[in-house]
Amino acid sequence: MSAPAAVSTQQAPLVAPGHGRGLLDVVRDRYLLKLLVRKEMRVRYRGSVMGLLWSYVKPGVQFAVFYFAMGYFLKLNDSVPNFAVYLFSGIVVINFYSEAFGNATRSVVGNAPLIKKIFLPRELFAVSSAWVAAIHFLPQLIILLLASLVSGWRPSVQQLGGAVLAFVIVGVLAVGLGLLFGAVNVLYRDFENIVDLLLMIVTWTSPVLYDWQRVADAVGGRDSWIMTLYQLNPITSAVELFHWAFWYPTSAVRTAEVVPPLPPHLLWSGLSGLLIALVLLGVGQAVFRRIEGRFAQEL
Amino acid sequence: MTVTTPENASAGLAAEVPTAIEVDGLVKDFTLRHNRSLKELAMAKVRRKPISDTFRALDGVDLHVRQGESVALLGFNGSGKSTLLKLISGVMQPDAGTVGVRGRIAGLIEVGAGFHPDLTGRENVFLNGAILGMDEATITARFDDIVAFSEIEKFIDTEVKFYSSGMFLRLAFAVAVHTDPEVFLIDEILSVGDEPFQKKCLARIEELRAEGRTLVIVSHDLDMVANLCTRGVLLEGGRIVADESAVRVVARMRGQDPDVVEREHAEADARRAAEAAADGAR
Repeated sequence: MSAPAAVSTQQAPLVAPGHGRGLLDVVRDRYLLKLLVRKEMRVRYRGSVMGLLWSYVKPGVQFAVFYFAMGYFLKLNDSVPNFAVYLFSGIVVINFYSEAFGNATRSVVGNAPLIKKIFLPRELFAVSSAWVAAIHFLPQLIILLLASLVSGWRPSVQQLGGAVLAFVIVGVLAVGLGLLFGAVNVLYRDFENIVDLLLMIVTWTSPVLYDWQRVADAVGGRDSWIMTLYQLNPITSAVELFHWAFWYPTSAVRTAEVVPPLPPHLLWSGLSGLLIALVLLGVGQAVFRRIEGRFAQEL
Repeated sequence: MTVTTPENASAGLAAEVPTAIEVDGLVKDFTLRHNRSLKELAMAKVRRKPISDTFRALDGVDLHVRQGESVALLGFNGSGKSTLLKLISGVMQPDAGTVGVRGRIAGLIEVGAGFHPDLTGRENVFLNGAILGMDEATITARFDDIVAFSEIEKFIDTEVKFYSSGMFLRLAFAVAVHTDPEVFLIDEILSVGDEPFQKKCLARIEELRAEGRTLVIVSHDLDMVANLCTRGVLLEGGRIVADESAVRVVARMRGQDPDVVEREHAEADARRAAEAAADGAR
């Protein structure tokens, strides 16, 4: 804090304020990102006795309800071996996606006081929402791992890689769509409700509560174009990759009389899912930057 | 984006000291949307009423501030002062014209923006410091200074929601004035706390000025800015109508004769300097 520090800027170039480099600035400001994530966690569980334990309880109850309803009432226990692990490995993906995407959509409007007063890379808010969702995803993943281990889990390296790929797909997609809808939501708050609607559907457009063969049977075989369309959904790819990583290598599946077939072109649908997610991230970032200049006056 | 400027028109001194802020032909419109729901939009269409009005908040503002200058933006409510400050800080984008800033910039548009009531004072210092552009090492190094400045040592680990409004503002101001940018934009935040604390704030602002930082201050406390700032810029209806010494602009706003007020001000300054010199000699 001395005079020379201020004087040394004589050669600094003239820069137009308020033009960041988007997501690249988030990488540069990762200390601020860390503090925003910590704030979010602190605020979420303020005055709560159980705190982060809630992120175990909620998916646990959700799982129990689905397990009894789907497994016993709809008798999926009989057709899908080790249905409990099958179900849970899909649910955790959907939970991560819903929380990250939903909260990222609300993050811009939710931080209006800050956005109106101080310039900082606004992408930070969407990214920190996704980060918080990832923190909540961790305990669910641990429970899933325990359940898999108990049921004789022997994964290959490729299968573990598939799980990582699925996590990346969901994370990238949630941030991309979160930027897109978060920005548009500033102009029309209808988009919060549209996103809620999308998230309501997403559990059913992927094989979470049923298995993919039922879709294939209904649309005319595994090679029909509707099946291809179904698999182009990045969330479907992510769910199937999680099944492959956590459910497929359990002993009940491996030793089943009829080993359940893998969905067609699993690897390719994973890579195409990643590609689609990356493209949507690019689109989201572009739209976000286009609308960003109006945030302060529209909020 | 680099803005190239024409050769500096106001020659002499201006040519030697580089500019910190260059604003050229700045225009800012606000769209006032009357309604947004489908029903209302349809009704407006049927009745052939306009869906929105535009309001021109800034209308062709040119302002070059040199490094180390302290400029007061003056004008009555709605004259466009705060909008200009928001455009310089980058929170808003212009509809026409250009804004250029040299060096790092801190927009203290409102103290305590970014403070969260559920975090402790300590956590808020770090969060707010990071929001204002400080890195972890800098905040850690200055943490004790910040707390000492705010004088709320005892409550630093209490959640901010339990603070009195005065304590809250003190802490927020302390963080703001311990950031390290070359250009400070200050909007109505100097009227913080009780009188001793206000004196301390002003002393701190003086210190920042003495270090060669550029200040742009928006305030309705005319006496304060007349003493603090070297230059006054008067805005009216989104245009600059006067740009001279802060003392003269303040006199103009009050309907006094600028020449008389300036002379009195100079005499008062000289008297104070003489007294200080006499004190020093004693």
